[in-house]
Amino acid sequence: MSGPLTRRRTAELPEHPDFLWRKPQLKKSYDVIIIGAGGHGLATAYYLAKNFGITNVAVLEKGWLAGGNMARNTTIIRSNYLWDESAGIYEHSLKLWENLEEEVGYEMFFSQRGVMTLAHSVGDVRGKQRNFYANKVNSIDTEWLTPEEAKKVAPILNISDTIRYPIMGATYQARGGIAKHDWVAWGYAKAADDMGVDLIQGCEVTGIKVDNGKVQGVETNLGFIAANKVALAAAGHTSTLTQMAGFRVPLQSRTLQALVSELLEQVLDTVIMSGAVHVYVSQAHKGELVMGAGTDAFNSYTQRGGVHVIEHQLAAACELFPIFSRAHLLRTWGGVVDIAPDASPILGLTPVENLYINSGWGTGGFKATPGSGWVYADTIANNAPHALAKNYSLKRFTTGHLIDEHGAAGVAH
Amino acid sequence: MTKVNFEFDSKMYSGTKGEPLVVALLKNGIKTVTDSTYLSRPRGVMALGAEEPCALVQIDSGSGEPMVPATQVELVEGLAARGLAGIGDLPNVSDDARYDKANRHVEVLIIGSGVAGLKAAQIAVSKNQRVMLIDDAPRVGGYFVAKNNEIDPELLAVLDSPNLLHLQRTTAIGLYDQGYVVAIERRTDHLSANYDPKVARIRTWHIRAKEIILATGAFQRFLVFPNNDRPGIMLSHAAATYIDKYQVQIFKKAVVVTVDDQGYEDALRLHKNSIQVQAIVDVRSNAVGALVDEVKKAGIEIIFDASVTNTQADEKGELAQVAISKVDLTGKVLSAVKEISCDLLAVSGGWTPTVHLATFIGVKPKWVKEKAAFVLQDLPKGLSAVGSVAGDLGETENTPASFFGVLPEGELATVSFIDLQRDATVRDLKRATGAGLTSIEHIKRYTTIGTSHDQGKTSGTTTIGLLSQLISKELEEIGTLNFRPPYIPVLFSALAGRDRGELSDPIRTTPIHAWHLDAKAPFEDVGQWKRPWYFPQNKEELHQAVARECKAAREGVAVMDASTLGKIDIQGPDAAEFLDRIYTNMFSTLKINHSRYGLMCGVDGMVFDDGVTTRLGENHFLMTTTTGGAAKVLDWLEEWLQTEWPELKVYCSSVTEHWSTVAIVGPKSRALMKKLAPDLDVSNENFGFMTNQYAAVAQVPARIARISFSGELAYEINVEGFFGLHIWNAVMDAGKEFGITPYGTETMHVLRAEKGFVIVGQETDGTQTPQDLGMDWIVSKKKEFIGKRSFIRSDTSRDGRHQLVGLLPKDKLKLLPEGSYLVAKDSKQAIADSNHIGYITSSYHSAALSQTFALALVADGRNRVGQNAIVPLFDEQVEVVITEPIFYDKENTRRDG
Amino acid sequence: MLSINCPWCGARDETEFHYGSQAHVAYPENPETLSDEAWAHYIFFRDNPKGWFQERWVHTAGCRRWFNVWRNTVSHQFGPSYKPFTPAPARP
Repeated sequence: MSGPLTRRRTAELPEHPDFLWRKPQLKKSYDVIIIGAGGHGLATAYYLAKNFGITNVAVLEKGWLAGGNMARNTTIIRSNYLWDESAGIYEHSLKLWENLEEEVGYEMFFSQRGVMTLAHSVGDVRGKQRNFYANKVNSIDTEWLTPEEAKKVAPILNISDTIRYPIMGATYQARGGIAKHDWVAWGYAKAADDMGVDLIQGCEVTGIKVDNGKVQGVETNLGFIAANKVALAAAGHTSTLTQMAGFRVPLQSRTLQALVSELLEQVLDTVIMSGAVHVYVSQAHKGELVMGAGTDAFNSYTQRGGVHVIEHQLAAACELFPIFSRAHLLRTWGGVVDIAPDASPILGLTPVENLYINSGWGTGGFKATPGSGWVYADTIANNAPHALAKNYSLKRFTTGHLIDEHGAAGVAH
Repeated sequence: MTKVNFEFDSKMYSGTKGEPLVVALLKNGIKTVTDSTYLSRPRGVMALGAEEPCALVQIDSGSGEPMVPATQVELVEGLAARGLAGIGDLPNVSDDARYDKANRHVEVLIIGSGVAGLKAAQIAVSKNQRVMLIDDAPRVGGYFVAKNNEIDPELLAVLDSPNLLHLQRTTAIGLYDQGYVVAIERRTDHLSANYDPKVARIRTWHIRAKEIILATGAFQRFLVFPNNDRPGIMLSHAAATYIDKYQVQIFKKAVVVTVDDQGYEDALRLHKNSIQVQAIVDVRSNAVGALVDEVKKAGIEIIFDASVTNTQADEKGELAQVAISKVDLTGKVLSAVKEISCDLLAVSGGWTPTVHLATFIGVKPKWVKEKAAFVLQDLPKGLSAVGSVAGDLGETENTPASFFGVLPEGELATVSFIDLQRDATVRDLKRATGAGLTSIEHIKRYTTIGTSHDQGKTSGTTTIGLLSQLISKELEEIGTLNFRPPYIPVLFSALAGRDRGELSDPIRTTPIHAWHLDAKAPFEDVGQWKRPWYFPQNKEELHQAVARECKAAREGVAVMDASTLGKIDIQGPDAAEFLDRIYTNMFSTLKINHSRYGLMCGVDGMVFDDGVTTRLGENHFLMTTTTGGAAKVLDWLEEWLQTEWPELKVYCSSVTEHWSTVAIVGPKSRALMKKLAPDLDVSNENFGFMTNQYAAVAQVPARIARISFSGELAYEINVEGFFGLHIWNAVMDAGKEFGITPYGTETMHVLRAEKGFVIVGQETDGTQTPQDLGMDWIVSKKKEFIGKRSFIRSDTSRDGRHQLVGLLPKDKLKLLPEGSYLVAKDSKQAIADSNHIGYITSSYHSAALSQTFALALVADGRNRVGQNAIVPLFDEQVEVVITEPIFYDKENTRRDG
Repeated sequence: MLSINCPWCGARDETEFHYGSQAHVAYPENPETLSDEAWAHYIFFRDNPKGWFQERWVHTAGCRRWFNVWRNTVSHQFGPSYKPFTPAPARP
């Protein structure tokens, strides 16, 4: 038999369970309606049921479950953010990730293979060092690597000083890593379904009914559904929904692209990010290189981005990883991310009573899934912002108390 | 017909130059190319072209490539390949073959040079349009030629038209909005197994077309049944082409299984090549017409209402026998008919138009039952389709059946392959529906169908079709084909093109750069600029060189190339008013030939950029910006001028590269300046701080400015860019007697930090107001300016914001890391409590202070001056005193000399 | 790679332009008289519609001039582009 079987080191995935979720009968009313069955919506439903016993919940999805950004992201997980607020919620999330598979009872391929963030200039080093020390004081695991140390972690890295922007150092969060996005979403969905949450696919919200400043329910293509509480979890489509409810949010929807290569033998067993040259790469369990690109600069709901973004990114990738030069680009795609002016989420109450918002995760939504779901469920159940969300309110744009992750993180993959 | 030698799986073979590798392998008796990715089942060639789901090879000759369908490899002398089980192997050396890019604007782009594409080209050319015709095969003609037909020479003549750019071996990989197509041209692999690093191996074309005509043809589908993956099982059209056109003669006995008339046509081609076609197994109940009659005349048995329902292999795992049963159109096996020994099973499962490119921009193909195909519909303006991709699948006497395979139970389901690369089977499909999944997207994800190298080219329609059989729904209710670019896998290198190495981003250097190179200065990347970082002598380390350079600036004279600072020439009768609105401080009061430091904020009130602006005339200013901020600032100015203040008559031009700036700094700079410009009165009385004088320096007209970013007496000599190196050399020569010392960015940073001057981007990160930086003095109360309103928001006006302060470590030699955080002195549990009060923005050794120092942004910092704090590092807690953010010459006595 | 019609230069590739977000958001006449909320809306809040959108672009690598254009955020289709301070054409 031909074929280099003995050199294969990448893994075949196990199978999903025999049964995932019901196709429930839509009820006339619910205690809580969550709009959007993406990662955050499903996690929110799960924690509402699990932490608060609130199971009379419908998660409405206009397309197919977890078919938005949850199906389109590059699955990077880390918590080494600059600002205390971000560190707080992302670290809470990472701690949840660390027990999630066991808790939910679903394989998610959560792999703490480390996340390395490269610095390419004196100024870049200064910024990354600040991030490193900020993580230290926030008790978030972090290391500073010299280029030589970085190469020990990822031997395929080109640390020569002949490249245009040589690597001058890196932060490394060993607890960071990746998971498999569909498996995460399906794990939450199955667990929520098991606890009685109704997952309603093909249900598009066309209106939000508000009386006397209080939400009453939602109009959908399947008719009116009454609800005591309505929670938005629709990422790039949030501003369309808030418009239905009669208020504005400072969000812009942009295309964020990603790509994969064909299956390759294992060459990279950590996650490497470089904001300076826009490379975000990991090698997934099956062996494909998964890379994130930058966001397109203009508003779009098309889920397709510019090819020049991909070309630029592959050029940078070949610089940093000469071994990638012969990999093949297999598929590119785009998601619609919602970005707030300070690149931080908006999570909490809204001007409409019993209507809640969770949005603005921009390019960082996947890693936040458990933390965001947890905090949002708490906020909904108690009708008050969770402690980790108190600085993420809409009000911050009025006071000026922004949580500006732009400066340090760029694209916050 | 040139004979060539090639290597496959470490053995040498020979073949004919230019023929597909799969043909050469078949002719050498190799039916098994590789084995499957997960189940290690032997696999051979299935298809004709890019859609090949099985016969993957790794190319080891030339520049190498990890995963290529052997159908797409043309044989050349010295080719070396090996079968690849679906997981590529990246060689650990950089690919140094050349990859370039080209752009083209055309009126009509035709994708596909089959007969339909050629005809479309003929029409476009006849209208005198600029046309481009591309096709992924080595030669024109598509399936028409594959069927051994000759193209009408009149039609071929279109290729000679001067208005036509015609490229074969060129695959359109992406179609984007506004008529944009990216195509990959393979230029050299078919010429030689080696490559010339000076010749582009692959060229990536960026094509903008007013009109795009898809003539991309169609793929034949296979059928799903138990053990449908054995070498020897091929698409009927591929089998007929390999045997009839390429004269592969290793097969003896065949069975054809079909859902349409194509199977009959291909059966006859096999028959004509002396292959014993033992049966045509047709799932339909009947078929009539000339083709059927011809088949009957050839003595080929036709079995209706039946399909192949299993196969047996020989000892090599290759096809030896097929089992035929009566089936219904839902895929249910009714009764066994017979078993037939054969070494070839030709499968005709219907046609799938190659609609990929159109789906990339959101077109949703529609299922047309009479054609048993997803057909393009609702094409946007500027996009059209001709030939089989348009659903023109040829007139047949009998309609094809919408049948995709049998759906067995149990063990047999686990070997009934839907996606051959992923080893995904009927069992997986059934499990997916059993798990409650109804969306085709969920099913793809559950089963991994369509996610591998061929991206579902052969399995896409089949999956939807089988699902339709399985859950008794019409295909259109289930979904449609939906693909993502690129159409075929593309080398990273090809898309990277030449934007690598020093071409990956433009390098900007000053006219004095050559001198810095000669001086062996290490460079610091600042934006795209290369700036000398320091000028080491005798193998000095950074801090040694910087100490020496600082000492020279503080005690003697030092010189710096300041040419990279952004420069914007601002002219017009309203220029002064404009600057008043842009800067937080007043510029309309600035006298001619005077300079003033200015700070600009965003509308959010946060510091955006800074720099010194000089009034050169009543209506003429020269603004300087930070090195990295120049482009951003110019955009900012233009935005306000053009979109908010059209009433202002002001014109801005970037002149960064027009002027070279050489700064001479230090107590001896006046003497040096005098020497350089003997006619210039350099006295403080007649040439005061922040004023400008014009004089000839080394015979070159210069504007000399008394500007200091170090606190020392200093002169900036500005000359036309071209004279930069000349002036620098003149300064170095004249300065010799004063011990002139060149310095780089690091020393500049230390000198300014000792004086507490901020650097935007270092002391700021987009969240600092001027007040935070202790620069209230620069915020005018008398006028409106951008950002002013934001200062009175509750968070920006509150007490206790992070404010700029100085830090002095108790241990005078301890250098605090930049970016490290401070905690209040009274908190010993610093790290654990996360009660930091601020962070360090700049930190240096100071030769002048004989100790280290730092600048920091600290919560309520100005009220903490005089207090102690702690910087917690890994294994130590460094005690510091919080100070005013100025360390050297607080009274500004030195700047006037 | 969109093709954007600069009203001065004609159709050019997207990479020659910078995006300027929603068009026709004027700087407030008297910022100091605005409430914090109203000021926040001016600084941070912009429409984000699905469908036709009037937005600003600047031809950075060309004539350096700003202009407005109708664009459909769902289809990438462009409507007419027009110069600043000229009447907006009707929604396509």
